[in-house]
Amino acid sequence: MTTQLMTGNEAVARACYEAGVKLVSAYPGTPSTEITENAAKYDEVYAEWAPNEKVALEVAIGASIIGARSLAAMKHVGLNVAADPLFTIAYGGVNGGLVIVSADDPGMHSSQNEQDNRLIGRAAGVPVLEPSDSAEALEFTKTAFSLSERFDMPFIIRLTTRTAHSSSLVSLGERKEKPLIPYKKNEKKFVMMPAHARPRHLDLEERLSSFMAYVEGCGLNRIEWRDKKIGVICSGAVYNYVKEALPCASILKIGVSYPLPARMFKEFAAGVKKLYVIEELEPMMEDFARSLGIKCQGKELFSIAGEIMPWEIASKIGGKEQEMLPAAAEIPARPPVMCAGCPHRGLFYLLGKHKLVVSGDIGCYTLACSPPLSAMDTTICMGASIGVAHGMEKAAGEDTSRHTVAVLGESTFLHSGMTGLLNVVYNQSRVTTIILDNSITAMTGHQHNPASGKNAKGQTAPAVDFEQLCRAIGVKKVLVTDPYDLQATEAALTECLEFDGPAVLITRRPCALLVKELPSAALTVDNKKCTGCKTCLKLGCPALGFNEEGKAFIEQTQCAFCGLCAEICRFDAINKEAAQ
Amino acid sequence: MTGVNNILIVGVGGQGTILASRILAEVAIAGGYQVKISEIHGMSQRGGSVMTQLRFADEVFSPVIEPSTADILLSFEMLEALRALPYLKEGGELIVSKQELLPMPVITGTAQYPADIAERLLSVVPDAQIVDALSLAKKAGTVKAVNVVLLGMLSRHLPFDENSWLQAIRKCVKPKTVEINLKAFALGRG
Repeated sequence: MTTQLMTGNEAVARACYEAGVKLVSAYPGTPSTEITENAAKYDEVYAEWAPNEKVALEVAIGASIIGARSLAAMKHVGLNVAADPLFTIAYGGVNGGLVIVSADDPGMHSSQNEQDNRLIGRAAGVPVLEPSDSAEALEFTKTAFSLSERFDMPFIIRLTTRTAHSSSLVSLGERKEKPLIPYKKNEKKFVMMPAHARPRHLDLEERLSSFMAYVEGCGLNRIEWRDKKIGVICSGAVYNYVKEALPCASILKIGVSYPLPARMFKEFAAGVKKLYVIEELEPMMEDFARSLGIKCQGKELFSIAGEIMPWEIASKIGGKEQEMLPAAAEIPARPPVMCAGCPHRGLFYLLGKHKLVVSGDIGCYTLACSPPLSAMDTTICMGASIGVAHGMEKAAGEDTSRHTVAVLGESTFLHSGMTGLLNVVYNQSRVTTIILDNSITAMTGHQHNPASGKNAKGQTAPAVDFEQLCRAIGVKKVLVTDPYDLQATEAALTECLEFDGPAVLITRRPCALLVKELPSAALTVDNKKCTGCKTCLKLGCPALGFNEEGKAFIEQTQCAFCGLCAEICRFDAINKEAAQ
Repeated sequence: MTGVNNILIVGVGGQGTILASRILAEVAIAGGYQVKISEIHGMSQRGGSVMTQLRFADEVFSPVIEPSTADILLSFEMLEALRALPYLKEGGELIVSKQELLPMPVITGTAQYPADIAERLLSVVPDAQIVDALSLAKKAGTVKAVNVVLLGMLSRHLPFDENSWLQAIRKCVKPKTVEINLKAFALGRG
């Protein structure tokens, strides 16, 4: 048997291949992105980037209804966007197996919140399986497809950053082709109008009951009896931490996080002297145990916020002295920054210079919030920038929009910003929307989108025309500039802010990380002309520095030759020189 | 847990720490070990601090390394070595590329890049290897090979034969860069 080191995400993609999955649809989002990137590498699997998670799930639902196994992948907040189809397809059920991956992010390594999507599964009546490593990610995903077909329910695979992005060995199997399950029209199952939905809700409860009966005896949950003085109920990544920290403890390892197995909980609780429930984020298993009258300890020991680490378990339960990280007060932080040459930098420099209120959004450009640019006032969720700016104007008056802008990337605009712009036009505010068009979904690692001209498989695809799109929505003022040209961008920005009506400014230039050709010249600081005024440092460019002689300098290994520093230097101290 | 080998690789996003961990993992797997790696992607590409944790043993549960338990700390940058130092166990090995990359708070003048990093590292780990990996990478043909130079240095502290390292490099790097990387490894291994 072939074994391979895989991340949890690669293992889920492998499971799609092996389980005969026909279709994977997703919108990129850390830590879920590599599922679809890897699924796209299998010729047998059709994989696509959808404009957002709601569309992705609807596409997967369509594939399921027509009889194919299908999967939609997203990060935890993406499932909010897809919650509408999710809650209703739970009533309808499936034809071909339907699996939704929710990659949660306890600790918020790369997210705006740390919601616990086990609770969404419970709220929607959708079973949740939770693997603890890559081998289980593969096994559980395959199992989810067959259970989905057997119990006529969609299934959620819940990963966390640690399971999605940790690597461990996986045994590979062969692909088993799954021919389409014949499609039969069944409007009582798939047309969810009230008369059909009422019986389907009751039917869902019955399907959940029969799945609950299955869960009690299935191998996805298991009790590992060791010393019975201490028992721990846990799931996912935390299971491995418990094994590490408390090698002698008995463990009830939960693989099905919803619905939970009452009989097993009781059996395990009765068998151990002291019971702990260790789970990241919400006390879902703990509340369940308490509802069964089981005494246990959980959230009084472990925070509801952030990740739980093995040494925390060893110290709080194992009594091991905790190794504390010494305070890193004298060590400067190294926050992520916009890359050298980033086309977003110049625009945010201008927004800061004009002291505008910036209704921001989600993408690399959210980093403009950090010093020295400090050019962002709000970031709520994907696509929120335009609605937020509109709300500000409607509440505080038209003048608000003379010094406020909504800023978002082209992928975020296509995800859920378009409807906000439509609202601006329809409800007649004069919001200026700036679309940062670098023609790629950059933050998550450069995925194609409807503006990039390529699809998830790397094939040529139509690219959306933003100018036409905005005009069709009803925006009368649509300008396009190159953000490396600060003068032109500043003029266009002013024109949009002064325009009596909604305006869109598109700043267009490809992501600097995707520009392959080496610069033909280098930028250097003329020490005789540099006055040490530090204006250039306001750009927040990682290629710029300040030396002991009180002069700016350019780190040649970092410089991407965008020329912004030369543009804003008032003393003409930054020059182009032919590259060596 | 005793018996698990903990290797912590730290650096700055974009320096190639993940490829280094992949090569090391292949070598450990070929040596018959179970391997787990934990890495955090996401914001890391944008020049932030990055940390890759690699553990190998006959059986490994958690993929994350506890503070004060790393057997070897391999750092691609001076400041990051200092930041990660609390993860190193007493008597652990420290290998650091003496490259210094300025973080944004230093560039903007709100923080200072410590001038005494080497002394502080040596005061905790007297036999720390602070090395000019960048020059060796240049000698191999590209500054990008600095990660494989450092792997060459790391290889001297691990019980795997040279051949399995060479095989792992061939397997993990782009075909076009195999020769340069093999050269970089040899220069690092010395």
